[in-house]
Amino acid sequence: MSEVTTNSELKGRSMQFDIKTAGPAIALLVLCVIGFLLNPAFLSEGNLTNLLTRSAFIGIIAIGATFVITAGGIDLSVGSMAAAIAGVMIIIMNSAVDAFGTGVATVLLGCGCSVILGFGAGLINGVLTTKGKIEAFIVTLGTMGIYRSLVTYFADGGTLSLNFDLRGTYRPVYYDSFLGLPIPVWAFIIVSVAGWFLLNRTAFGRYCTAIGSNEAVAKYSAIKVDRVKTLTYVIQGVCVSVATIIYVPRLGSASSTTGVLWELEAIAAVIIGGTVLKGGYGRIGGTILGALILTTIGNILNFTDMISNYLNGTMQGLIIIVAVMLQRASWGKSKIRTT
Amino acid sequence: MKTLTKLSAIALVGAVALSGGAALAQEKIKIGVSYPTPTHAWASGMNWHAEKAEERLEALYPDVDLILVNSPDPGAQASALEDLVSVHQIDALVVLPFESEPLTDPVLNVKKSGALITVVDRGLSQPGIEDIYVAGNNPELGRVSAQYMKTRLSEGDNIVVLRGIPTLIDNERFDAFMAEMEGSGVNVLDHKHANWNRDDGFEVMQDFLSRFPDIDAVWAQDDDIAIGVVAALKQAGRDGDGMFVVGGAGMKEIIKSIMDGDELIPVDVLYPPAMIATAMDVTVQAFKSNGPVAGRYILGATLITPENAASFYFPDSPF
Repeated sequence: MSEVTTNSELKGRSMQFDIKTAGPAIALLVLCVIGFLLNPAFLSEGNLTNLLTRSAFIGIIAIGATFVITAGGIDLSVGSMAAAIAGVMIIIMNSAVDAFGTGVATVLLGCGCSVILGFGAGLINGVLTTKGKIEAFIVTLGTMGIYRSLVTYFADGGTLSLNFDLRGTYRPVYYDSFLGLPIPVWAFIIVSVAGWFLLNRTAFGRYCTAIGSNEAVAKYSAIKVDRVKTLTYVIQGVCVSVATIIYVPRLGSASSTTGVLWELEAIAAVIIGGTVLKGGYGRIGGTILGALILTTIGNILNFTDMISNYLNGTMQGLIIIVAVMLQRASWGKSKIRTT
Repeated sequence: MKTLTKLSAIALVGAVALSGGAALAQEKIKIGVSYPTPTHAWASGMNWHAEKAEERLEALYPDVDLILVNSPDPGAQASALEDLVSVHQIDALVVLPFESEPLTDPVLNVKKSGALITVVDRGLSQPGIEDIYVAGNNPELGRVSAQYMKTRLSEGDNIVVLRGIPTLIDNERFDAFMAEMEGSGVNVLDHKHANWNRDDGFEVMQDFLSRFPDIDAVWAQDDDIAIGVVAALKQAGRDGDGMFVVGGAGMKEIIKSIMDGDELIPVDVLYPPAMIATAMDVTVQAFKSNGPVAGRYILGATLITPENAASFYFPDSPF
């Protein structure tokens, strides 16, 4: 906030920067006003809680994606990775019931395995990209297919379901609240703050930006490019595992339809938020807004029957393009030229 | 483990066939069964029922050889059909086409080889190719669901509808449902696509609950959607007061809870993956029965209630 006010005190050229950073916020605000006008129940406490909780999955994954994209990479495997981790988590927890019972210990074991799996999956993506010298797009396209078919295989084509008693123990992680906010929202907040700090206040964050804007220069500047890039994928993997930990208790199941297209939603959230797809510039705050915008669009479409169901995709596409246009279009520049 | 036992079973069958001599092997009636690789629960239920039917029919008729093949995409299925003709020289084909258009010609080629053709569930784009057609009844699923709704609801009550993936199947179900509900005085508040999966069912239902303060029942059309809907109802604490959800398909978890007398999902409407077994049965009968079997078999969309649920419950099936 303080950044915005100091900027607006300056005149002229800094105005365009202001519009750019505020773009996602403006888009979200406009969406909320539209939602409220369509149906006042949009702003009811229940709906806002639902919205925030729902954004947590994509939001947390998108925070990780912000690092990957800022450093000039891309990760298409996150949706499949989430499904595979959810599947393995459920299998591990179900088989641990005999040994550890249906209490907290089993759930913690599942969560621990989830983090290890996320870390490992991220490491594989990272090492294949850096040491294997394969484009990130191809590596993660490959792992996307692998993880997706693994979950189908584990589930024997069907659905993996968590042990019923265990679900009772684990359920509060999604459904309970702490200080008025659901626990997934807290997880989202914690991951966001950690992500913001890491990207904006540490050497690692600056390395990511440097590598994304020019990898060769970063290498000559004695930045350990391969290590930093690998780490961004590891961060992405851990973010996916955190998202999975709060996803599993929601319905207690995983199948081949789990997390379909999450990768594209996460990337869209990152780009709507102002991060540059080709790397070199990343904004965690924007990513959070991007995730909220995407969830809000779906929510609003469910709140009205004015638009044909078949056109949902059209509306989503239009809003994504407009939101990005708000911050990219060169209206600022043309103003300067005319003066 | 499972594949191991299957492999040894195949080896055993092979050994028996060899010891029986070449003459006997040639007299076998070979029936190819081709369907998409199971990637979702309903399809893997179908795969399970196909394997069960294979075991049962081959035990019953030692001279019948059923060859099960699944394919990951329409192109692979077309090749699989060619192989069934050239390698196995099948006498009959049971096929659930991946897509109607691209598989019409390949199936026609199988027919030209002289094989009997049974088409399951998804019709071909040209009429008259198949000798036998076995399918579920999508409009009937909508109609039966609506009929049940009308027995439970009265004029002025409100329902919401969650639909599947926008496709012909979804339209047929939905249109028949709406036609049957017409004139009942029950208000259909709105209908949204929940894409036949649990997560979308959960989210769409959450939004319906925020949007409409008074909902008396939900038509979820599909069991996966219904599971998401129930989670949303429980979260909002609106699962009491006679609220009920009607799904569809016949998932084993849902049927189990109907058997246990669940009030939130009191019934289910059948759209059974076991239809592949029906098709295999009928096809074998074309060689075995003294009665004619060619024709169209449209299975009923049976209403599953606590009374008849046991006969639709397959605890070992993945669906």
